[in-house]
Amino acid sequence: MNTVSLIIAEVPYWGQSLLRVLGGLVAVLLPAGTIVYLFLFKMMSFMQSRLGPMEAGPYGSMQLFAEVGKWLQKEDIYPARADKFIFKLAPLIVLASTFLLVAVVPFGPDAWFTNFEAGIFYALAVSSVSVLGILIAGWSSANKYSLLGGLRAAGQLIAYELPMVLAVIGVVIQAGTMNLQGIVLAQNSGSMFGFDGLGNPYVLTQFVGFVIFMISVQAELTQAPFDMPIAESELVSGYMTEYSGFRFLIFFIGEFATAGVFAMIASVLFLGGWAVPFSWFGWTTMDSIDNWMNFAGPLILFTKMMAVTFLVMWVRFSYPRLREDQLQRFAWKVLIPISLVNIMFTAILKVAF
Amino acid sequence: MPKLPGLFKGLGVTFGTLARTVTQGANTVQYPHEKETPPIRSRGVIALHEGNCTSCMLCARSCPDWCIYIEGHKELAPPRRAGGKPRQVNMLDRFDIDYALCMYCGICVDVCPFDALFWSPEYEYSEPSIADMLHDKVKLGEWMETVPEAPELEVGADKKGKK
Repeated sequence: MNTVSLIIAEVPYWGQSLLRVLGGLVAVLLPAGTIVYLFLFKMMSFMQSRLGPMEAGPYGSMQLFAEVGKWLQKEDIYPARADKFIFKLAPLIVLASTFLLVAVVPFGPDAWFTNFEAGIFYALAVSSVSVLGILIAGWSSANKYSLLGGLRAAGQLIAYELPMVLAVIGVVIQAGTMNLQGIVLAQNSGSMFGFDGLGNPYVLTQFVGFVIFMISVQAELTQAPFDMPIAESELVSGYMTEYSGFRFLIFFIGEFATAGVFAMIASVLFLGGWAVPFSWFGWTTMDSIDNWMNFAGPLILFTKMMAVTFLVMWVRFSYPRLREDQLQRFAWKVLIPISLVNIMFTAILKVAF
Repeated sequence: MPKLPGLFKGLGVTFGTLARTVTQGANTVQYPHEKETPPIRSRGVIALHEGNCTSCMLCARSCPDWCIYIEGHKELAPPRRAGGKPRQVNMLDRFDIDYALCMYCGICVDVCPFDALFWSPEYEYSEPSIADMLHDKVKLGEWMETVPEAPELEVGADKKGKK
């Protein structure tokens, strides 16, 4: 036990809950804002040889606040034939799944919201709650484009959930635990063929799993080239067609917050999470880690998350949209068989070594 | 199956553009702060040289959008030679171009038999109110200052006209 956990332990339960809610808000909204400004506004502009927003604040850094202000001013419209209660509920479900997802991400040796054994199982389970939100958003809009978008989203998210889970199984086999802290520990205290200078980041030893996981994340986030549910040129933004103002803002935050949280989970699973290789400082177990890692850990995780998000956004800005049948074929005929073979080899090698 | 080498090449293209934009600057221009000079023959706004106009209505009739409004009346001018009949001249009362309708086809400029209409590359004349896009003959006359000199003819070109 070290000081941070002692301080936390003296705070009453309601105080701890409040701190956790505040921390969750920061952990969801800060990456989302950074991703939108740094990648959606600036990186996309640079990749198209333009500068992006430059007027609001230095280098357009206040642009996001201007956009949020604009959305908040807009009228909250719903279609006449929409199922109003469900229609208003849908964006909140999508955002809630993001907040549920961030609850299991560890940020440091003691800096976590919850830390339970089946962490990654829980994360993959609640990440599919957003499918419900998207599906009922499309259905309750009383709009054929929205309905098509919602159904496409449901089909796509379910199809890509499978390779994602199967890719994670490789990591779980190698780490021997489903606890995210345990996976971080296994990566950073491990060694590759006796060399422990880098620990054992699974991006190297589980490279196939990493690639499959990132492709599935791309599809789960409905980013191009897998953005058929949104498809602004054919489905006029799919399930988001009828949403405006505040509710569209929630969908927008949800999209990029989920990108951030998925990138965090990817960096926890494959890049060593909040930690640096333990051999650098002579740590061996979770208890021997210095206390300053509770403050450096979130920053390290944030850096790794930005690197992963860069990959996601880079692919998003480079590739055109796939066709619906190509998307399904790619998931069922390519990704799932490869990930099954990957699991088999991981299991064989795990037993052999 | 997607073709893998092409996929990586595509990533390289976007990353190359990113690096070039960061190091050498963007291809675009930050418009209100810096402006590109349009090419000399670009179609920005149509200027009216009122002295040349005979209100013959050819431009108004050839306009596909009917965005030119001309009104005139006839006046008697003193005869050229002593003892002659007084001449009849067309006076221009109104010459308006509605730039909210104009589609910049330039047929009016081409069709004008007396060189009264000219293209000017000036383009910054948008207005908050659509009614202000109707330019009267005074405003159209002011655009004449922005009309560039006609470029020199090419060597060996066939000179038309009486001059």
